[in-house]
Amino acid sequence: MTEHEHRFMKYLRKERLPHIFCPGCGDGIVLNTIFNAIEMSNTDFDNISMVSGIGCSSRIPGYVKCDSLHTTHGRALAFATGLKTANPKQDVIVVTGDGDATSIGGNHLIHAARRNIDLTVICINNDIYGMTGGQISPTSPKGSYATTAPYGSTDKPFNIAEIAKAAGASYVAKYTTAQPVQISMAIKAGLENKGFSFIEVVAQCPTYYGRKNKIRSPVEMINWLKENTVTLEQAKTMTDEELAGKIITGEYINKPRKEFTEALEDITRQISEVNPDTNINSAYRSE
Amino acid sequence: MTEKELFVQGNEACALGALKAGCTFFAGYPITPSTEIAEIMSNELPKIGGHFIQMEDEIAAVGAIIGASWAGQKVVTATSGPGFSLMQENIGYAVMTETPIVIINMQRGSPSTGQPTRSAQADMMQCRWGSHGDYETIALAPSSVQECFDYTIKAFNLAEKYRCPVFVMADEIVGHMREKITIPENIPITPRQMPEKTENYLPYDAPENGTTPMPSFGQGYNIHVTGLTHDKRGYPSTDDDQTHTQLVTRLCNKITKNTEEIVEIESQYIDDAQTIVLSYGIPSRSALTAVKQARQQGLKVGYIKLKTVWPFPAQQLQQLSKNAKRIIVPELNLGQVYLEVDRVLGKQAKVELIPKIGGALHTPKEILDKILEE
Amino acid sequence: MRTEIRIAGFGGQGVLMCGIVIAKAASLFDNKYAVQTQSYGPEARGGASRTEVVVSDEQIDYPKVENPQIFVAMSHEALIKYIDDIQEEAILLIDPDLVYQEQIQDIITQKKLQVYHSRATQTAEETIGKKIVANIVMLGSFVESTGIISVEAAKESVLDSVPKGTEELNMKAFEEGRKIVEKIN
Repeated sequence: MTEHEHRFMKYLRKERLPHIFCPGCGDGIVLNTIFNAIEMSNTDFDNISMVSGIGCSSRIPGYVKCDSLHTTHGRALAFATGLKTANPKQDVIVVTGDGDATSIGGNHLIHAARRNIDLTVICINNDIYGMTGGQISPTSPKGSYATTAPYGSTDKPFNIAEIAKAAGASYVAKYTTAQPVQISMAIKAGLENKGFSFIEVVAQCPTYYGRKNKIRSPVEMINWLKENTVTLEQAKTMTDEELAGKIITGEYINKPRKEFTEALEDITRQISEVNPDTNINSAYRSE
Repeated sequence: MTEKELFVQGNEACALGALKAGCTFFAGYPITPSTEIAEIMSNELPKIGGHFIQMEDEIAAVGAIIGASWAGQKVVTATSGPGFSLMQENIGYAVMTETPIVIINMQRGSPSTGQPTRSAQADMMQCRWGSHGDYETIALAPSSVQECFDYTIKAFNLAEKYRCPVFVMADEIVGHMREKITIPENIPITPRQMPEKTENYLPYDAPENGTTPMPSFGQGYNIHVTGLTHDKRGYPSTDDDQTHTQLVTRLCNKITKNTEEIVEIESQYIDDAQTIVLSYGIPSRSALTAVKQARQQGLKVGYIKLKTVWPFPAQQLQQLSKNAKRIIVPELNLGQVYLEVDRVLGKQAKVELIPKIGGALHTPKEILDKILEE
Repeated sequence: MRTEIRIAGFGGQGVLMCGIVIAKAASLFDNKYAVQTQSYGPEARGGASRTEVVVSDEQIDYPKVENPQIFVAMSHEALIKYIDDIQEEAILLIDPDLVYQEQIQDIITQKKLQVYHSRATQTAEETIGKKIVANIVMLGSFVESTGIISVEAAKESVLDSVPKGTEELNMKAFEEGRKIVEKIN
């Protein structure tokens, strides 16, 4: 029997498989949507570089056959800002998680959004720290359990998409892993948007979130995501009490504005005769 | 015109040196007393098609320059103590991933916010050990405005050659004072080594005690760069004892085993010296004055200045000071490099510290008095 | 020979600029060695401001001023604050309109200081018509009274340092400063 290779296998570093993700993890679904979005958009796969921080989701770029920078915890957007600015011709995709992007990296997130630098950020939000074994995160729902919240979380969670929008991102969308088509379309829109694009994907972590919160199987978790999903439109007429614990999905903003690296290039054009592309790979120049 | 003379501040000289060395990218965060470097780079880099970004903090500053280094550019940031503390996390990442970056630290009074407008050399051990883990580092200590220019260029060249962070450990005094500098017509610049593309390209297949040519993103090498322990392919391999041992040992050895090639030491009046004043950075100017005064009094006193503090030139110092009975170490701290001097020379001579904190430079008299103490 | 110079006044008088011009004149245009340093504390933003210059025929090792042989004071507060370590027989150049000389008469006598007066601020305001060039008037007086840097080097250094379009004004200020300086004792 001949086995047909998955159509996205060509984008993977096959020699690195099997991957480290747990059975039922949402990261695989998201990786699939990323490839799907790249193919649907006008993005040349060979022109993509990926950057990530630390956490389960940040391991994704390591499996993709492109230049990839697996950086320090929370700092992916800072590294990506340097990488993109130094060579704006690259399409830079950042993969991050809820802890990486909003806890330790929260400051970098709001500033990258403020600059509207042309990065496509995919934030996989599983409401928990998976890599370290199930600790509470800034997006864990109030009352949910984690190894560091044995009596239930007392805090109001972040709606990350709302933060990205408020900080100045020009494209923001939020969906769950139960909506893979919408995720693909959002990532495609993000890749095509010349500016800071933020796609939040609420994902299941059956291993830690599920276990701690008695939603044990991946199927149960996906159903839990579906049951708690409301659209932005529906949310408009709901009270705060009704919205507690809900995942508000949809396109939060799609409003292109001047992009960061373009603004820098404009300055160079105004004050000098130098072509802004001059310095790509300039370190190799001998004088 | 073969060379150019300018009358500038140390901070300005660092910025000019960086530009001369081929720097096209600066990311930083304002902090006294180094801010002038950022200001000058923000003014100059756009003119040459380079980039300046004021980042949200110093953690991000080092992240951004590492990113830009992987995009094929020569990069620098500048800071002082509090910012240097924040940078330590990503300095370790640059060490582990062998990313050439240059960091200029205009040291000021510390700990914490300390004395923003006064001088110190109290970050020397932080420079050596500040990020977690076993690693070796390269640090240069300028004592004049000319050296701010020269050493910044040297830092860029060493960063490319050894693929590591290189530190220019200056201080508030040298950063803010003005002197004449000469910019030579021909300055040797080390370009980045381009790998030869092959079918089975291994980005981290380095020779013993050495490093490898470095590709940049977008050239088609499809490399994976990670701060995790990685194998020759660059892939994480965190459970294998041998992979980790080999990697970290090589990262250290590529510096320590090349100490002789990396370090520079200046010495005067050394041949018959019974007492040697050994210093680095700005106090070496007080030291030289004191040594000359001592010589005028007929005392056999010598002078050693470490241009490079890290890696520590142990063998070179043992050789240079083999006839000396006393080594005097003036530092703008309560004893840091002194500990290293004592470790290396303590068996052959009596090593004495002249600590100084508070912001002012040692006066020549303070050093002469110590020389005369015996 | 090594000469240590201190120039002090209040923020906004262009004291630092004056020090930079002197050191630049010595090192770039007189082929001597010079180092310029300055106080950078919060006091640099208003209040007493200070710059120090070492000029020498030889390479300068120790870059700081310990006991100035020349002290230029453009405010009384700065004069009182920074005069204590002045050398014996040093030159003290002051703007008499901004300094109460009688209050430091003891030091002048005790250290046998050579006192010079330059009404730099008044001259800048009334003769030149721009208060802002008081520092360059004082520079002219400095060159005339001390001879540490040559007139030509000082002029070149001024032209190299001042904003474009103000060269003539500053040259006039410099020349006035040379004229108005008076030896007092």
